[in-house]
Amino acid sequence: MAGRQLANRMLVSLAAIVGLSISVAGTAVADGEVNIYSYRQPFLIKPMLNAFTQQTGIKANVVFAPKGMIERLKREGRNSPADMILTVDIGRINDAVEAGVLQPVTSKKLAANIPSHDRDPSGLWYALTRRARVVYASRERVKPGDLSTYEALVDPKWKGRICIRSSQHSYNVALLASLVAHHGEAKAEEWARGLKANLARKPQGNDRAQVKAVFAGECDLTLGNTYYMGKMLTNEKQIAWAESVFLFFPNQDGRGAHMNISGAGVTRHAARKENAVKLLEFLSDDLAQKMYAEQNFEYPVKPGVPWSGLVESWGKFKADSIDMIKVAKNRPTAIRIFDRVGIP
Amino acid sequence: MQDTQTNPAGAASAALQVPNQRARSRSSRLDGWTLGILALAALFFSPMLAVLGIALDNSGDAWTHLASTVLGTYIGQTLLLIAGVGAGVLVIGVSTAWLVTLFEFRGRRVLQWALLLPLAMPSYIVAYAYTDLLEFAGPVQTGLRQLFGWHRPGDYWFPEIRSLGGAATFMSLVLYPYVYLLARAAFVEQSQNLWDAARGLGHDTWGCFVRVGLPLARPAIAVGVLLALMETLNDFGTVDYFAVQTLTVGVYRVWFGMNNTPAAAQLASMVLVLVLVMAALEHIARGRRRFQFSQSAPRRDPIACLHGARAMLAFLACATPVAFGFLVPAVLLGASAIGSEEAAVGVSTLGLAFNSIAVAGVAALVCLCGGLFLAYGARLSGTGFVRTATRLASIGYAVPGVVLAVGVLIPAAALDNLIDGFMRQYFGTATGLIFSGTLYALVFACTVRFLALSFGSVEAGLTKITPNMDAAARSLGHRPAGLLARIHFPLLRGSLMTGAMLVFVDAMKELPMTLILRPFNFNTLATHVYEYASYEAFEQAALPALAIVAAGLAPVISLSLGFAGSRRSSH
Repeated sequence: MAGRQLANRMLVSLAAIVGLSISVAGTAVADGEVNIYSYRQPFLIKPMLNAFTQQTGIKANVVFAPKGMIERLKREGRNSPADMILTVDIGRINDAVEAGVLQPVTSKKLAANIPSHDRDPSGLWYALTRRARVVYASRERVKPGDLSTYEALVDPKWKGRICIRSSQHSYNVALLASLVAHHGEAKAEEWARGLKANLARKPQGNDRAQVKAVFAGECDLTLGNTYYMGKMLTNEKQIAWAESVFLFFPNQDGRGAHMNISGAGVTRHAARKENAVKLLEFLSDDLAQKMYAEQNFEYPVKPGVPWSGLVESWGKFKADSIDMIKVAKNRPTAIRIFDRVGIP
Repeated sequence: MQDTQTNPAGAASAALQVPNQRARSRSSRLDGWTLGILALAALFFSPMLAVLGIALDNSGDAWTHLASTVLGTYIGQTLLLIAGVGAGVLVIGVSTAWLVTLFEFRGRRVLQWALLLPLAMPSYIVAYAYTDLLEFAGPVQTGLRQLFGWHRPGDYWFPEIRSLGGAATFMSLVLYPYVYLLARAAFVEQSQNLWDAARGLGHDTWGCFVRVGLPLARPAIAVGVLLALMETLNDFGTVDYFAVQTLTVGVYRVWFGMNNTPAAAQLASMVLVLVLVMAALEHIARGRRRFQFSQSAPRRDPIACLHGARAMLAFLACATPVAFGFLVPAVLLGASAIGSEEAAVGVSTLGLAFNSIAVAGVAALVCLCGGLFLAYGARLSGTGFVRTATRLASIGYAVPGVVLAVGVLIPAAALDNLIDGFMRQYFGTATGLIFSGTLYALVFACTVRFLALSFGSVEAGLTKITPNMDAAARSLGHRPAGLLARIHFPLLRGSLMTGAMLVFVDAMKELPMTLILRPFNFNTLATHVYEYASYEAFEQAALPALAIVAAGLAPVISLSLGFAGSRRSSH
């Protein structure tokens, strides 16, 4: 009897698996759809995707897969259900390009909406928003006049006063990679050593946690992406952290502040390429660009699209115009520098 | 005993031999078992094989770089972490199991099941909650600063929460239930006669513990510690949050930072070797000792009643892990959930919970069947080769989830593309992806990952079924399948329940594999929590995080009730 019970349970479980898989298998093939593998959190892009569906009748399906997405695309090959990838950080776009999982697409609209330095020359990827990585400094303990460049952060006057997130994080890797691109590996390593000497604590936490530490008095300045300021100012619990700091855009007398992008590309084996291009065009156009700017406090790539009021209040600034793929290619070097210097 | 196959009346006497001589007399039927087990073990091992395959690729000069910079740190911190967590779960798990089994004290009845509650707490959530509470900017230190007029970090000393010690402490607090669960079951099942004998020989309670209780429970305790350590090794979320640089953190850094997949696979393989070494060390240390004992008189009631200060101490020893491993983080989460603007999320939480429960439930059943088949087969076959194969099959628990996910993806997608290519060529029709990117892949990945839990539980349960019982059943004419159904299954029911529940609770918390392997628009509670937590908006994730805990509580409580039941039925 017990044996039969066991057999029954096995049957039930098998039936459940089959049922479950059938119930979701159907979602991946319909024509009026577009499938996205995304590094971006779905709740961030959902308003734009909903607007797209309203306008075109095309439904957007998303898998949020921040780790291993490229491996999945590679292994799925020509049968991959994905038509498009959405990423943050130029490094991940470059990884996708190097893995050969994207295909070039061009359209008049994309060319008109996105400036040439914010897209791949052959159309493998397009930037959709830009963000600057800048200094957040304590209003109480730092004067704007004390700050100047990224390079000057290694000045001994900042000893024990700087907090950063882990050197593993792609935003910090990209920043160091840009220093490698500008000054060479040896100078960049020297800079990293100087930065390490000035750290108030072992790198830890995320961008907002650094601002929280400045607020609490654990350190006096940190590096963070601009949009977190907007996010904190609109979060009841974090307003106090945000109000304890001011934003400083470094290197304004020189090359400008370090920039990164979020972007998108059409996959090499996209079965619904047409829909993917439509979505790409939609995301580069006024409505979506404005939504990005308003909701996520990022800088729109399309010229003429107004910034959000809050972002506007941080002022115009000079942005580093270096070729971002050049920065991306220096990422492994940057990680090695962090490893050698011993910034975890 | 002689090899009975040489006896002309072999068929009749074969039934009477003891199992360890059975190997040589195995009929072709048993070879079918062996083959089936090896095939299943190979299937479960295939993702690890895929990872080892990547590890064979050229990783350039990555190792020269790693060896001269961070490799020492990775290995050192990994070893220190597993030493810390190993010691932590051993002390907490064994001592609490001993106290609630052997002594009667106020609160014991509640504590004996409450001690399992931390199992429902994902360790990365505990990490979030405690860091918020105890970091420099957290309420505790802020309060102290205000109280004493301190300002800067240099003004006073406070233990650094984001450290190796912090990680070991908080991981121990959520992982000890593995040891507690298995140790307690072992203590409960120990024969009263042995205890009476030990006491008759003049041992006090402590002597009984050291001389009888502990050695007899050792296999079960070892399984529990090994499970806790495997989970420690595969973890990324918690160690990353505590800024500890383990080998798994190195895997992420090399893979996603340096884009060097072969080197990442090589680092992941080092973790596997570490697990094999740990398992082998335990095996060698245990030596040839096999503990089999009569079921005739299992433990009855606690042997001593504690009063006064001793009862208080026992209560505190058992209540502390429950408080810090469950109550405090649960309250912190609750406080975040109440303050969150995202209360509307509550509605969608139901749908997410359904997905989580469906995946975890199916994974638990599949794991149970797989674990039962493998553990039973290993016992039946008795050959070292088959035993080794079954152990290898359950090593997926130690592999970082994201690595294992890719290990699953590789054979699944290869098979899909093979079928698709075949169909296109000969039938002109494309079948696309059948397994990868569906819930098949996800359930399979969960099975590979959590098989160790069900396999370990079944194996621990099988040790209490003595070979004599097998022999008796076989002599009454039962074939292996009948033996399983009529004798072993009823005896194993408790262990099977335990295994299934452990898998369920763990699969509820599973994150990295679900992220990569799931189909479109398929979210679970854990992926939802991650979506917000990864955007640094943890308070919006507090409610679904609580839902993970709540959904995990049901099986944990039924586990506890099963405990109580097993105890009652032994009266």
